[in-house]
Amino acid sequence: MSAAESGPLPGSDAPVMRRRLPPVAELTVGSMALVIVGGIWMAAPLPATPPLGPAFGLLLGAVALLAVALGLLLRVRPFAWDRLLLVARWGFVAYLVIAGLLGFVFIKDGTRGTPLALLLGMLAVFAVDVPLILGFTVARYQEIGPA
Amino acid sequence: MADIALEPGAIGTEPLAPDRAPVGAQGPPGAHAGGPAVPAFDIVPLRGLPIVVAVLVGLVVAVASNTLWSLDFFHVVAGGLWTGIDLFLGFVIGPILGRLSIPARIEFTTRFMPKMVLIMPTLVISTLTAGWQLARHDGTLLASYGHHDWIVASFIVVGVMAVVALGLLEPANIAVLFELKKPQPNPAVIGRLMRRFIFTAGITGAMQVATLVIMTRVATT
Repeated sequence: MSAAESGPLPGSDAPVMRRRLPPVAELTVGSMALVIVGGIWMAAPLPATPPLGPAFGLLLGAVALLAVALGLLLRVRPFAWDRLLLVARWGFVAYLVIAGLLGFVFIKDGTRGTPLALLLGMLAVFAVDVPLILGFTVARYQEIGPA
Repeated sequence: MADIALEPGAIGTEPLAPDRAPVGAQGPPGAHAGGPAVPAFDIVPLRGLPIVVAVLVGLVVAVASNTLWSLDFFHVVAGGLWTGIDLFLGFVIGPILGRLSIPARIEFTTRFMPKMVLIMPTLVISTLTAGWQLARHDGTLLASYGHHDWIVASFIVVGVMAVVALGLLEPANIAVLFELKKPQPNPAVIGRLMRRFIFTAGITGAMQVATLVIMTRVATT
């Protein structure tokens, strides 16, 4: 028997549980999925370089989804911006280190030119996606005062 | 996997009887009256950061030196721990947690999850970075490699795990810790996030089994 079948937990009617927010996390997860697919596309045919059009399209799609997510997020009022920024800031530091490590490996392995630019672009989007998801997920459950 | 994910009483998912009301469900704001106390904890245990930095420096040295042993060491050790922790969490710890009392769950969660915030990303980046470089080193990354299909399959498995872990599991983990930091944590918020945590831990557990199949296949054929 699941919780849903047994009745709501205490606090289920709290404003943070009832509030409807735009699909920021879903769009950002979609953006992250696109850059991961792009990375697999680039890595699968090594040492050959794959057709770069699909990789470019995946990166553009990821940037577009991220931009839409940010646009929707910026329209949310009121919102726990302090919490979002706190988590996203430290998350960005952590994932910048992770993306930097992966970028270092690509450069060390001799990747150059357009393929390297595409991979670094994907890593940059990845380094923004994850902190945004973390920050949004934390902030959406914070109680906030009136706008 | 679904049995684990939806198991009654999995941490945070169990409807609570009034006499087992969770922390903050009763009592005045700012107090824990009527519920078990939440131990003081840091969401990110700063004492562990030097260890993380040391591991990452070692990883950079391994990649820069490109020596077989150091790459193999990082890939096997970190990968083994990553897989083992995921499976142990999904199949052993999760069901046990579901049967603990609410205070025990809270105490375990506040002591366990902050450590996971540091441990898992460090293991994941070590496994993937060293694994990539190792595959470059021994040629298994090349399309000409006899089992290249298996390697590409491993990319896909890791990709699915990354989306699930970074997009769903880790945010739920962090959000639960922030909720438990509040003077009056909301049981419904914790319940919703923990359902997500347990469910996604089950998915990553299944992906880890796939990883074991692929890696043992690649290593022995």
